[in-house]
Amino acid sequence: MKMTVSQAMVSCLEQEGIRQIFGYPGATICPFYDALSRSDIRHVLVRTEQNAGHAANGYARMTGKPAVCVVTSGPGATNLITGISTAYMDSIPMVIITGQVVSNLLGSDVFQEVDITGACEPFIKHSYLLKDPTQVARVFKEAFYIAGTGRPGPVLIDVPMDVQKMEVDFSYPTEVSIRSYKPSSKGHPGQIKKAAAAIAEARHPVIIAGGGVFSAGAEKELLAFSQKTRIPVVNTLMGIGAVPSDYDLRLGMIGMHGVRHANYAVHQADLLILAGSRVADRAIPSPTVLARQKKIIHMDIDPAEIGKNLGVDIPVVGDIRLMLSQLTEEIDAAVSENWQDWLEELNGVRQKVHPDYGPRDGYVNPKLLMHQLNQRADRNAIIVSDVGQNQMWSANEFAIPQGRFLTSGGMGTMGYSLPAAMGANAACPDRQTIAVCGDGSFQMCSMELATLVQHRLPVKIVVFSNNRLGMVREHQTVAYDNNLTAVFLDGSPDFAKLAAAYQIPSVRIHENSEIDNALTRLLEAEGPFLLEAMVDPLETTL
Amino acid sequence: MKHTLSVLVENHAGVLSRISGLFARRGFNIDSLAVGTTADPAVSCVTLVVDDKQNEVEQITKQLNKLIDVIKLQDFTPEEIISRELILIKVSANDQTRSKIAELAQLAGGKIADITRNSLTVECCDTTDRLENLLELMRPYGLKRVVRTGTIALEKGSEQLTIE
Ligand SMILES: Cc1ncc(C[n+]2csc(CCOP(=O)(O)OP(=O)(O)O)c2C)c(N)n1
Repeated sequence: MKMTVSQAMVSCLEQEGIRQIFGYPGATICPFYDALSRSDIRHVLVRTEQNAGHAANGYARMTGKPAVCVVTSGPGATNLITGISTAYMDSIPMVIITGQVVSNLLGSDVFQEVDITGACEPFIKHSYLLKDPTQVARVFKEAFYIAGTGRPGPVLIDVPMDVQKMEVDFSYPTEVSIRSYKPSSKGHPGQIKKAAAAIAEARHPVIIAGGGVFSAGAEKELLAFSQKTRIPVVNTLMGIGAVPSDYDLRLGMIGMHGVRHANYAVHQADLLILAGSRVADRAIPSPTVLARQKKIIHMDIDPAEIGKNLGVDIPVVGDIRLMLSQLTEEIDAAVSENWQDWLEELNGVRQKVHPDYGPRDGYVNPKLLMHQLNQRADRNAIIVSDVGQNQMWSANEFAIPQGRFLTSGGMGTMGYSLPAAMGANAACPDRQTIAVCGDGSFQMCSMELATLVQHRLPVKIVVFSNNRLGMVREHQTVAYDNNLTAVFLDGSPDFAKLAAAYQIPSVRIHENSEIDNALTRLLEAEGPFLLEAMVDPLETTL
Repeated sequence: MKHTLSVLVENHAGVLSRISGLFARRGFNIDSLAVGTTADPAVSCVTLVVDDKQNEVEQITKQLNKLIDVIKLQDFTPEEIISRELILIKVSANDQTRSKIAELAQLAGGKIADITRNSLTVECCDTTDRLENLLELMRPYGLKRVVRTGTIALEKGSEQLTIE
């Protein structure tokens, strides 16, 4: 069918089943927007481009499919860079469309020209500069395929404005075949056998579940594997919720900010089974020591992650959903007899860990608030945390049985929570969605309150106000002899008034005794709601 | 040990910058790099020589394979390949030294490509080791300019690196 490239671009999105996109227009992407206005695809106008990326990120994580964001050339594109790198570091599938200046002026530094494919090269899965209008269908088909398969990631399509206006004969391909891109699926049977044998020999095995469990949609398979073998499960920050939080063999988060019994399990283990975890430094700070002491099975879709940070005994490359089923099948349930003492030992350690939910003089205890929030939220609620102390309070208290926990793991991008929560809620309007942030990170994304109102996204917001960049303050206390500098947030607005300016109701609390009522208001509000909890500036992360 | 990587890539704009960017940001060192098209004009071959001091060749090849434009690559040890590099050396020369230089260059496998009153340009196509040797022979006479292409290589024997 004859149509313009911009109509074809919209058609491509429709053919990919895209229902909603996040974006911010400008001159060079106007032809696309013109065509989009005649489509049923819902466009959510964010208030700065970075947040179009984070919203698509939240959307993609909830749907498991590539999500789309669209921005204009030059400053629109560069504003989105943090959104792209955040998605890349956490392997989130995303297709990014950027407008570009007219093709015959490319390279001459005209108004709002920036080499965005070049700029994003180090932190993007792939990118296209679409100069040939006849390639539009192929490029879109490939972009969605590349973004969503193998190790997922962001893919960018940069389209010059004149190309968007050209006419093409369009039909969307049903098949895609890229000779240089063939992601693996099943694990090598020989390696699976070796892994099963290593498990049979182990006495103190532990599964480390990472974000890859979600990328592969392998939550059920992971649970089945752990249930059959009775191997306990710890998780990384990205792997929170990989097994249900009420599962008896779930030990919690490992790493720098993890819980003691989970780290104990990793240290005392004789066999580590890494499932979709890339051995990042915050989760596993001293991989060389671990590699020397234990046997390691590493299951990952990306062969480059295996052996990158950690010497591995048994690499298994492939889709971990398939590989976990292969392994579950291969293994004899009787092996679980081998580590009864181990489970008891771990339970003993766990019994000794008591979170501190005590009172704070004139302040709210953030751990207690998160604890109660997790008790009271819907069974399938989504918590989207920001970065800082608030992230770790949220992470370690996460206990929503069928819930999801979203955060920026690899980049630790402040300002992630609210826009990502918007995206998550747009994907799952029926699921309670709660963004948790600090007063610093909230001010990196508070402009999105308008988006919540405009697009009727009932996201709940919890702000922990300590008038500090809390996590940096804590670091300065510990590592710089308490020389606190540039961490004071004086000058912040009254968040209740700010919310009110957007017609968003709110409550501010100073005492643990107020938590209960405040949560009732937060959770029962029809639309967006803001709960500000005043937190002691000296409150610690752990 | 030196490794020679033959990397078959899609012949698109931007591919070389993706490869060189990968080496730069991951801190991999390249000894030499040469690019050219293959028998199939849609495919280019990038030949990279790397020194595997930090045991990084495995990671290099895995990361290269992740680039969507990389179709196939193979890692060769020096014994497995025939390798060649082209060098052009402009040496200072005068009536006293000219014939001496020319004789040395020819003995070392070079040819005289250009001659002027005060210089000689020597060309040579050979293995990197032999080029180094030639260069050292020329050095005492005063090197004015030296340019080299980087190594290209093929596997020995009748086997061949193909896309399928
Ligand atoms: C975009 C960005 N800038 C800076 C940082 C460094 N950083 C990490 S945590 C943190 C403090 C966060 O403060 P706040 O949002 O108030 O949360 P709190 O730690 O007090 O809970 C900073 C500045 C970051 N992670 N991201």
